[in-house]
Amino acid sequence: MFRQASRLLAQTLRAGMRPFSSDLPAAPTSDSAFNESWKKVIPNIEPPKTPSHFLRPRPATPTSIPSKITVNFVLPYASELSAKEVDMVIIPATTGQMGVLPGHVPAIAELKPGILSVHEGNDVTKYFLSSGFAFIHANSVADIIAVEAVQIDHIDPSLAQKGLAEFTQKLSSATTDLEKAEAQIGVEVHSALNSALSG
Amino acid sequence: MAMAAVRREGRRLAPLISPQSITAVRPSVISQEQAPLGLRSISTQIVRNRMKSVKNIQKITKAMKMVAASKLRAIQVRAENSRGLWQPFTALLGDTPSVDVKKNVIVTISSDKGLCGGINSTSVKISKALKKLTAGPDKETKYVVLGEKAKAQLIRDSKKDIELSITELQKNPLNYTQVSVLADDILKNVEYDALRIVFNKFQSVVSFLPTVATVLSPEAVEKEAESGGKLGELDSYEIEGGETKSEVLQNLGEFQFSCVLFNAVLENACSEQGARMSAMDSSSRNAGDMLDRLTLTYNRTRQASITTELIEIISGASALEG
Repeated sequence: MFRQASRLLAQTLRAGMRPFSSDLPAAPTSDSAFNESWKKVIPNIEPPKTPSHFLRPRPATPTSIPSKITVNFVLPYASELSAKEVDMVIIPATTGQMGVLPGHVPAIAELKPGILSVHEGNDVTKYFLSSGFAFIHANSVADIIAVEAVQIDHIDPSLAQKGLAEFTQKLSSATTDLEKAEAQIGVEVHSALNSALSG
Repeated sequence: MAMAAVRREGRRLAPLISPQSITAVRPSVISQEQAPLGLRSISTQIVRNRMKSVKNIQKITKAMKMVAASKLRAIQVRAENSRGLWQPFTALLGDTPSVDVKKNVIVTISSDKGLCGGINSTSVKISKALKKLTAGPDKETKYVVLGEKAKAQLIRDSKKDIELSITELQKNPLNYTQVSVLADDILKNVEYDALRIVFNKFQSVVSFLPTVATVLSPEAVEKEAESGGKLGELDSYEIEGGETKSEVLQNLGEFQFSCVLFNAVLENACSEQGARMSAMDSSSRNAGDMLDRLTLTYNRTRQASITTELIEIISGASALEG
């Protein structure tokens, strides 16, 4: 009798779960035109999957502006924030710091070394980004992709100062164009880092 | 009944046995003249040798399985962490496998080492099929091959189409810097309208999904956006930074390629380890089965020879008595 109990319990659980899964927007299906043309040319191999098959479903554009903005903040080695709802993010775009609130117009922004701050109620989390891109979508979702990012309180100010001095020295002694460009990048990153730490 | 089985076993082994081995094993009991080739006594030397070699093979495959399992654990975490990386790009630029452009470049990702099931031949097969799919008048399709195994398979029939091949990618643990240097190399050396990255996406230790990710060149993106379709929404985005829109799109495309390639390389490496693990697991199991069979044969043969000797002694004794 008890053997059946777990099965029954699982069944009731599954039945309870069902309404949740049907709430989700329909999962994005793979490209049907591609699949059809694939089957026409190569009938004996299954068409391969495409990224949209694995894409996490995105919310549809709401008619009214929501109160929170959904942020995805990804790095090559981690997803720092994944679909987190916050009040505001400030992005270090190449054109200047850019505040993003819910209902922001869709935009694509290139990022420069600087501070990304995430405002959530009274909490402010600050990250220092090296570079990357930010996409703001019409459905109040912001995607921020950075190559490298650290929380600002994990940075040692004295090392940042030292790095700046080192690269300034390298810039003055650089002979080739490549060296000069490398030193220039180093100086830019470190001066941004220093101003972020002092600011 | 049992004796019949023993005799059958003995006959099966008989052709394997040479007179030398008989004398080598049991020289004191029977001399060469008395035992005409495996009729009376059976050498167990050959079976013993085979058992030893099978046991050694089993040891090796077990060790390889262990190594693959520990590598898999390390790389699986990294692959799963990198999965967030390509999602924003697909959300923004869409997924366009059916795009119709002139210059297609197929980036086939494979492993450097073999013994990992069918993942390399799957990606080669998919790449060849993609080439067939994108072929047409005044269109050209080129390959960029990553990894030794796909190169060996593709070089056979499409040598002239291989634009670039890169091997020994996994000498050091994969990191983003390394992959972006690689992506830069590919972008510099290859002219493309669409890059199609073929890899095996890791789903579980036993299942890998062949996947094609498409990255369009900035010009192709603009053309698609103008013609509406999947990228029609792109025009509604405001573009910040950079001098012109095309410059930003160029940067975006290159960044997209490096990010997608990074994830693809990690997924493929993860699939490789998973496939190797299951392949090695099944081959150690097979070696175990084979060892069991050989042990059975060995014991039967030994028993048969003991029985034969006993019969000889007893019949000899009874002949003397009688």
